[in-house]
Amino acid sequence: MSTASVPLPNWITYGLMPFLNLVVAFLISGVVVWFIGESPLDAVTLLLQGALGNGEGIGFTLYYATNFIFTGLSVAVAYHAGLFNIGSEGQAYVGGLGAALASLALDHYVPWYVTMPFAVVGAAIFGAAWALIPAWLQAKRGSHIVITTIMFNFIGAAMMVYVLVHVLIVPGKMAPETRVFLEGGQLPKLDWLIALFGGKIGAAPFNVSFLIALVMCFVVWVLIWRTKLGYEIRTLGASPTAAIYAGIPYVKTVIITMLISGGLAGMMALNPVLGASARLQVEFVGGAGFVGIAVSLMGRSHPIGIVLAAILFGVLYQGGDALSFDMPKITRDMIVVIQGLVILFAGALEYLFRPAIVRVWQRFGKA
Amino acid sequence: MSPTPTAAPAIELIGIDKKFGAVHANKNINLTVAKGSIHGIIGENGAGKSTLMSILYGFYHADAGSIRINGETTVIDDSQAAITAGIGMVHQHFMLVENFSVLENVILGVEGGALLGGGVSEARSALKRLEADYGLEVDPDAIIEELPVGLQQRVEILKALYRGAEILILDEPTGVLTPAEADHLFKILGVLRDQGKTIVLITHKLREIMAITDTVSVMRRGEMVATRRTTETTVEELAELMVGRRVLLHVEKGPAAPSDIVLSVRNLTVKDGRGVTMVDNVSFDVRAGEVVGIAGVAGNGQSELLEAITGIRKPTSGEILFHGKPVTGFDSARLRALGLGHIPEDRHHMGLVLGFEESENSVLGYHRDARYGRGPLLDLDACREDAKTKIEKYDIRPPNCRLKTANFSGGNQQKIVVAREIERDPALLVVGQPTRGVDIGAIEFIHRRLIAMRDAGKAVLLVSVELDEIRSLSDRILVMFAGHVVGEKTPDTGEQTLGLMMAGIAA
Repeated sequence: MSTASVPLPNWITYGLMPFLNLVVAFLISGVVVWFIGESPLDAVTLLLQGALGNGEGIGFTLYYATNFIFTGLSVAVAYHAGLFNIGSEGQAYVGGLGAALASLALDHYVPWYVTMPFAVVGAAIFGAAWALIPAWLQAKRGSHIVITTIMFNFIGAAMMVYVLVHVLIVPGKMAPETRVFLEGGQLPKLDWLIALFGGKIGAAPFNVSFLIALVMCFVVWVLIWRTKLGYEIRTLGASPTAAIYAGIPYVKTVIITMLISGGLAGMMALNPVLGASARLQVEFVGGAGFVGIAVSLMGRSHPIGIVLAAILFGVLYQGGDALSFDMPKITRDMIVVIQGLVILFAGALEYLFRPAIVRVWQRFGKA
Repeated sequence: MSPTPTAAPAIELIGIDKKFGAVHANKNINLTVAKGSIHGIIGENGAGKSTLMSILYGFYHADAGSIRINGETTVIDDSQAAITAGIGMVHQHFMLVENFSVLENVILGVEGGALLGGGVSEARSALKRLEADYGLEVDPDAIIEELPVGLQQRVEILKALYRGAEILILDEPTGVLTPAEADHLFKILGVLRDQGKTIVLITHKLREIMAITDTVSVMRRGEMVATRRTTETTVEELAELMVGRRVLLHVEKGPAAPSDIVLSVRNLTVKDGRGVTMVDNVSFDVRAGEVVGIAGVAGNGQSELLEAITGIRKPTSGEILFHGKPVTGFDSARLRALGLGHIPEDRHHMGLVLGFEESENSVLGYHRDARYGRGPLLDLDACREDAKTKIEKYDIRPPNCRLKTANFSGGNQQKIVVAREIERDPALLVVGQPTRGVDIGAIEFIHRRLIAMRDAGKAVLLVSVELDEIRSLSDRILVMFAGHVVGEKTPDTGEQTLGLMMAGIAA
């Protein structure tokens, strides 16, 4: 019998079920850790301590989470329109160029808070531009957006290497990167925020981008659930035929949605480029675009869910680093396995426990 | 199996009970069907007919109760067990492989070994035998998709018989048939019964029940409310049993007062997605204050005609005039702004977004209006207030505009669409299958609303495959066959005449 149609209260759907999935993912990870001869309990303690145990750990965790919030939002907006944007990685990469150009142009003359809006807009425009061609191909020609955005990730990567090696490289240097931005082109750290809770930020690159990410969460929420455009995006995603019936223009809506999605991905670049390393480097995105897909899936394409999922992945990233440092047997690759398990259970198998929960709920829950 | 007069009943359902979450789909159902009879089961949508038959065919498991076949208690836990017990099912939507031949479809799943040769020749002779016994003629080498619907259905019946079915369940078998094809089906069912087969017919069409069944059971809200000998009951009694109150089967309406032409269709030709011409050089007018009905068997171009008029599909050639101004090729948003309302044929894929809450659907297509929010913003409170008014006026149940649309019943979903389109007070209302899958109570309501539109001086264009509906609502009837309008008739034209026209035989 199918239990898919049985309604459950929200606290089960959005609270209990993801929690159970997470617990199972960690239990299986524990088995893996045990296999290679380490104590699972020690491992999880190290992981959590590394990620959340002190101000610096938290700073790193939130720094990673900031990346994932941007890319998660990017994937989510497209997903609401029924578009699977696999290209956040490339859009973020190209977005970095827009952000860096703003900083390079302005950092000599103005303080950071003047540079910031230009960098935000620059990153968004460059990211959006990188989504435009796949969007146009999807809307006008029906070329599948998954294929085109993947290809554009490769094209973007090649183009950025070219730009960095041949155009923006500092003359006489070997490293393919721009010059270091002056203070006027950097985003300041949020040391005061960590200090507020009695921690010390240490070397963690946690910066103002995090606040921009939270603002974008609110903006996306308003866009999707409180605007006419958002209504059209959701209609298109839920029922393309109903969208035609309602007179919602397909080409225009697809292109606008992808521009927004690409823009959000582009803004991710603010965090590593202006916030952390203060220069544009090759491969600074480091897979955050792909993690954004998992974050969006796990967060059910809702900004609040995305923030929570992004923090979870931030914990895994930062805690994983700490863990592989303290337990040399657990390599970087092991951490990737654990992340994969979390994605598997929280994303792909999100309804694994639903039938069982429904049965328990029907028996005991409804009195 | 000796045909003694005291033979056990073919089917006995004893105390069948089934719940889906909070929905009690079958409440302690008892049913006995005598061997060699045709038994009808009627009821509104959601009355539990399909659930009951799905339990009998092994798709669902009953929470309680037992099944006896020919007097023996039988556990049917999947369709294979049902087939073994001699039960065959003909589904509303055929389960045929379109590009296989009749023979290949018949042996599908009972090929008899890894190599096809033996099974095929065996099946060929078996088909010959069945054909001779029951008058079920069909070319075994014909490809399914090239056969008309009536013959495809015959293949479904053959499939069941080939598997040794003694009991045949038919779920809404006439939904896709012309009146003539339906009559032919009834003849075949009569022959099958006379040869000793037992037939269970699920339908919501009272006429069919009266025409062909020996006994009839009525279901309402999961309960079996009555079983009658067909000769001892009337259409009115059955309708009342189905709904639980008296029902007006005919729409009361005065004469129409047609005035100015609102919609003109001139030499319109429309192709479908595959490039096949579905509407071929069609012209007609619809005036304010009249209902024009388009009759036809499904698939003769009515859907494409509707889509072209409402801006969903671009016509290949021809012209559409609205109040005398050309609107050919306008999209649905522009047409809506001009005063065209559209109740689409398929509410699940077009008229509604099932995952949205009710209030969001009550503004679909009109969401850009200033009344639903200033500038780019969507004012949810305004949408909900608007939805509440409509819920009250159209008695949409449950009266909760925050509920997900998928959780409303078919009749109430249709009311959401009807309310949205009629409350806009359009000059022209284009309506496709307004009561498909809608229960009798809601049908009555929707029909009255459409007539009220007409009486308020609006133009109404109605497409329906239900001939009764067309005849009782329309002031003029256009009959479509193979993409052409083959004739115009008045609503008092006999069903047979219209039926022949729909089959392309007479004009």
